[in-house]
Amino acid sequence: MQPIHTRLDDNDAQDDEVLLDVKDVKTHFFTDEGVVKAVDGVNLSLKRGQTLCVVGESGCGKSVTARSILRIVPPPGEIVSGAINFRQRDGGTIDLATLNPKGREIRRIRGGEISMIFQEPMSSLSPVHTIGSQIIEAIQLHLPVSKGEARKQAVSMLDLVGIPRPGEQLDAYSFELSGGMRQRAMIAIALACEPQLLIADEPTTALDVTTQANILDLIRDLQQASGMSVLFITHDLGVVAEIADEVVVMYLGRDVESGDVDSIFHDPKHPYTRALLQSIPRYDSRQSRKLYSIKGTVPHPFDRPSGCPFHPRCDDFIAGTCNTIDPARQLISPGHSVRCLLYADANAGEQVPVNSAGTQDMDMSN
Amino acid sequence: MNRNTELEGVPQDMRPLLDVRGLHMRFPIKRGILRRTVGFVNAVTDVGFSILPGGTLSLVGESGCGKTTTGRCIARVYKPSAGQIIYQAEAEQSIDLAELDNRELRPFRREIRMIFQDPFSSLNPRLPILQIIGESLKVNRVASGSELEDRVASLLRRVGLRPEYIRRYPHAFSGGERQRIGIARALALNPRLIVADEAVSALDVSVQAQILNLLQDLQEEFNLAYLFIAHDLSVVEHISHRVAVMYVGKIVELADTETLFANPLHPYTEALLSAVPKPDPRLRNRGVRIRLEGEVADPSNPPDGCYFHPRCPYAQERCRQEEPAVREIDEKHWVACHFAEELELRGFEAIGATLGATLER
Repeated sequence: MQPIHTRLDDNDAQDDEVLLDVKDVKTHFFTDEGVVKAVDGVNLSLKRGQTLCVVGESGCGKSVTARSILRIVPPPGEIVSGAINFRQRDGGTIDLATLNPKGREIRRIRGGEISMIFQEPMSSLSPVHTIGSQIIEAIQLHLPVSKGEARKQAVSMLDLVGIPRPGEQLDAYSFELSGGMRQRAMIAIALACEPQLLIADEPTTALDVTTQANILDLIRDLQQASGMSVLFITHDLGVVAEIADEVVVMYLGRDVESGDVDSIFHDPKHPYTRALLQSIPRYDSRQSRKLYSIKGTVPHPFDRPSGCPFHPRCDDFIAGTCNTIDPARQLISPGHSVRCLLYADANAGEQVPVNSAGTQDMDMSN
Repeated sequence: MNRNTELEGVPQDMRPLLDVRGLHMRFPIKRGILRRTVGFVNAVTDVGFSILPGGTLSLVGESGCGKTTTGRCIARVYKPSAGQIIYQAEAEQSIDLAELDNRELRPFRREIRMIFQDPFSSLNPRLPILQIIGESLKVNRVASGSELEDRVASLLRRVGLRPEYIRRYPHAFSGGERQRIGIARALALNPRLIVADEAVSALDVSVQAQILNLLQDLQEEFNLAYLFIAHDLSVVEHISHRVAVMYVGKIVELADTETLFANPLHPYTEALLSAVPKPDPRLRNRGVRIRLEGEVADPSNPPDGCYFHPRCPYAQERCRQEEPAVREIDEKHWVACHFAEELELRGFEAIGATLGATLER
């Protein structure tokens, strides 16, 4: 049976609130042993000033999705299809997926319009350059300012991210700072050119809870002040609940469910989303004592299950259906979509809500 | 039969398996060509707690607070600089592990085992599972040959792995499976206490849930005691009977899990609880948020008075000068704070109830 592809558009043509629109992007790694489909058709859309959390377990392709946007997927990885539409500061829309990853265009966007911060600040900061020189470099790459002015801006950036004695710390090396301060320094570098979009790849995973809380507060405050959008990648559902406006849940390179944070936590549709939420230990869960756990493990990338990739681990598995039909993405309510055959009949009927927030059309050619 | 007269008021059957008193561990700081000792890092200072048979005590705190060092002292990876680790041995007498040398420790090494954080670096990549798990059985002359294989296979089954995997190497397993191998290795000699150092920190939530369930099953089945070292407070809340909060090498609060989470008495505990992200967007801006300023104190050069005072929102003059002693404020609730009685600290609100309800199927 052929999978039915349903295309969902968020009226992006006239909606200039959408800053980033990732459509059915596939990033595959062509290794000697075979093709690893790390990202295999992911869709997400991020509005201006909002925070979108991409959540999933290791190997679900969330980091590769982020790297695909900035075109920093390492070889042998390649974007094989899809579009990444990004609205630039001048108002024009550009498809990042078509750019030369080493070209002038994307280099102007990296750091200038889209910046990224990483999980391990120790390995993403240069140990042989001072914090200051790394910020100044970023500023001078993108803005026509003198070195003195760039230095002044760098000091105010460090001050902005809450590093004490910014004037002195400008000449510190990354190893002289603590984990939390290093992460702040990395945020300062990323935000030096006031990007429109900040991609944060597990920026708090390696930090203590107290430091994590401070960094999350900082990102939220900076976002409020500058109006930038944040694409936040994490596996921690607690962090998602704290900061997200919109959430995309990924499994094996696909967006299995996306919606606003309240629907994801209080009205989850996909069995995987439900399972994830049930497996987090929470206060008062002692009464039941046992945590819910998803059976089995994430399959090896070379043997992707047929049909719905989640079916071998799914409690609601329908034999003969889930293992043969690849579920298409479909709208359940405005802004809330899911890829699951449990909701497939809703798609066929007329009761699918179609309104201003989303249109639905069938695209068999794709 | 117990010769330990200091266990005042402890009934016979409630006697702790492990009773740690005044544990100190300091590491020398060496500099220069001559490697002269220029100072000491006091990683663990005057730590005391006890663990009942079949009980779980968690040590929580930020990185560098000495929780791992404490765990390693208990497992006698390190020889503590001072203090007692009184272990209630199976042979009915209690013994101070802190004083024993390596030869004397051998019988106890079978009873106290460790599970490590990183399932990738804690298994030798050049050994098959049979040897990784069977090594301790062989060394202790418990089993050999085909009996060894049978033992390892049944251990694998017990931790939820297929016994056919016995000749595979660690690279063939996922993170969660490797952690199960680490647990099987720890279980091989029928231990009574397992020191689990961040055993689930590196795992994804769904795998983490599987491993936590496994640890609880094993605890019930073998009456295992755990010293559970973790920084994730929601995991700690789920698995432990009692919790000790550490800050710069000292225990600042120790209580039953429910008491500690509902009614913390130390400002540091309150701050830790407040920093935990709540897995419900509807609780986002509810309750007080306490954000700690500054950095954890340097354990080689700690501040005067209470180590926490530079970051404490309630600090007063007395905190800057006088070091607070650990006091039993309520029954079985110890805290090291001058103002524990006066402060009205907030616990972890009863969150998650709303979410749990919507997810019931």
